[in-house]
Amino acid sequence: MGANGAGKSTTLLTIAGLLKPQKGAIYYQGRDITGLPAPFLVKEGIALVPEGRRVFSRLTVRENLELGAYLVKDKGEISARMEEVFERFPRLKERQRQLAGTLSGGEQQMLAIGRALMARPRLLLLDEPSMGLAPMLVREIFRIIQEINRQGTTILLVEQNAHMALQVAQRAYVLVTGRIVLEGSARELLKSEEIRRAYLGGQ
Amino acid sequence: MAKGKYIFWRLVALLLPYVLIQGLLGAGLISDFQQITLMMMGINIILAVSLNLIVGFTGQLALGHAGFMAVGAYTAAVLTLKIHQPFLLSLILGGLAASLAGLLVGLPTLRLKGDYLAIATLGFGEIIRGILNNVEYVGGAAGLLGIPRLTTWTWLYGFLVLTLLGVMNFVNSTHGRACLAIREDEIAAETVGINTTYYKVVAFSLGDFFAGLAGGLYAHYFYLIQPSSFSFFRSFDVLVMVVLGGLGSITGSVLAAMGITLLNALLQDLAEFRMIIYSLLLILVMIFRPQGLMGRREWSLARWLEKRGEARGPAGS
Repeated sequence: MGANGAGKSTTLLTIAGLLKPQKGAIYYQGRDITGLPAPFLVKEGIALVPEGRRVFSRLTVRENLELGAYLVKDKGEISARMEEVFERFPRLKERQRQLAGTLSGGEQQMLAIGRALMARPRLLLLDEPSMGLAPMLVREIFRIIQEINRQGTTILLVEQNAHMALQVAQRAYVLVTGRIVLEGSARELLKSEEIRRAYLGGQ
Repeated sequence: MAKGKYIFWRLVALLLPYVLIQGLLGAGLISDFQQITLMMMGINIILAVSLNLIVGFTGQLALGHAGFMAVGAYTAAVLTLKIHQPFLLSLILGGLAASLAGLLVGLPTLRLKGDYLAIATLGFGEIIRGILNNVEYVGGAAGLLGIPRLTTWTWLYGFLVLTLLGVMNFVNSTHGRACLAIREDEIAAETVGINTTYYKVVAFSLGDFFAGLAGGLYAHYFYLIQPSSFSFFRSFDVLVMVVLGGLGSITGSVLAAMGITLLNALLQDLAEFRMIIYSLLLILVMIFRPQGLMGRREWSLARWLEKRGEARGPAGS
């Protein structure tokens, strides 16, 4: 969590290999992955759902998902993964031949998550999945995120919606201008006076 | 359904234009002027389809297609005229030289995101012209004269088909998918593991290879090449064909290249006035069909035959 410009998205983009860090190191499963290129990291099981969804809008839902498994060569494996994604998001199955740009915001977010899941990540990076969605859809998306997490995928979530985020997370970090100023279990932070004042709008 | 069902009809469609025109040429029914227009059509189709690969399918704006055409034209012409190499070898080396030039321009600029390629290629086109103007070995501003006329309808048609098949196969492969993804959203393409720099450079230098081929064919048809034949206006012409036909439609590029070449020939007497008609045409298309004539669609022989089959009743009955 953190205010605008705190460095939340930059952190995710750097972990995913889209940006190179100027200093410091990134460790993943005990291995130094600093500065490794994105395709390599995707293969290693790190997938990013970028801010603003960024679906391939003039390609169909199906083509979007196929591209999510871009590094997988085995056709059978790809369709097996797609079935899994369709099971999780039946809406996407109904709309598989539709152009992604014609989907609603919530559906596009589902597609963006589905596309990332096609890579079968061990670590899923989510950048503000609630952005611009109606409250009901936000709850739905968070339910799905929790479900993915329970099935064994580690999730690193960046959120403006601090209340929602703290309710589903196990651990939380607060960033201010690129530094962690507060960290702890989500339950602790939810009760913390500082957090209440700054992010949850309580007096 | 058998995959090779339409092979016969495909071959017919592929060979029909060739045989037809070859027959007319043999019978002397095509005037010199018509023949020039015809050859220009073929060359422009190669240029437009190859630029579409870069601009339409990969989404990278390139403004120097004439520059790469010049590299191919001069390389091939020097090889046949001065070093007496066989035509086919010269053409291919011309294409490779253009492709190499594309690599040199593309590698530094395509690593970045944004419109750097447009600026770099615009500059490249002018630099090439500047160099050619000042190198005595290739005739300076007067150009290279007396290039053997080796480009025949057969050669041209052969390379035209090669270009179409080459670009179509690339676009429909996984590589093509990667390029489409880059066009749609470069950051998203990176997140799914596509090496964006690699594919942008591959598409760009492949497109430049075909531009170089077109240059070689051009040089060996018109006897004479001059730096001024490869100005920015030619790059712009090709870009207009691509936009008019539809970014991302090979069929569209073919149709637009034919149409604009024909228009150019018909309006030849109007000289500069031509540009006004051109601009009007572009403005009209942008107002009424902003996606270009074909949009992203392709015309497919198999689909067409199938539709006709359905209209006549179940296939095979």
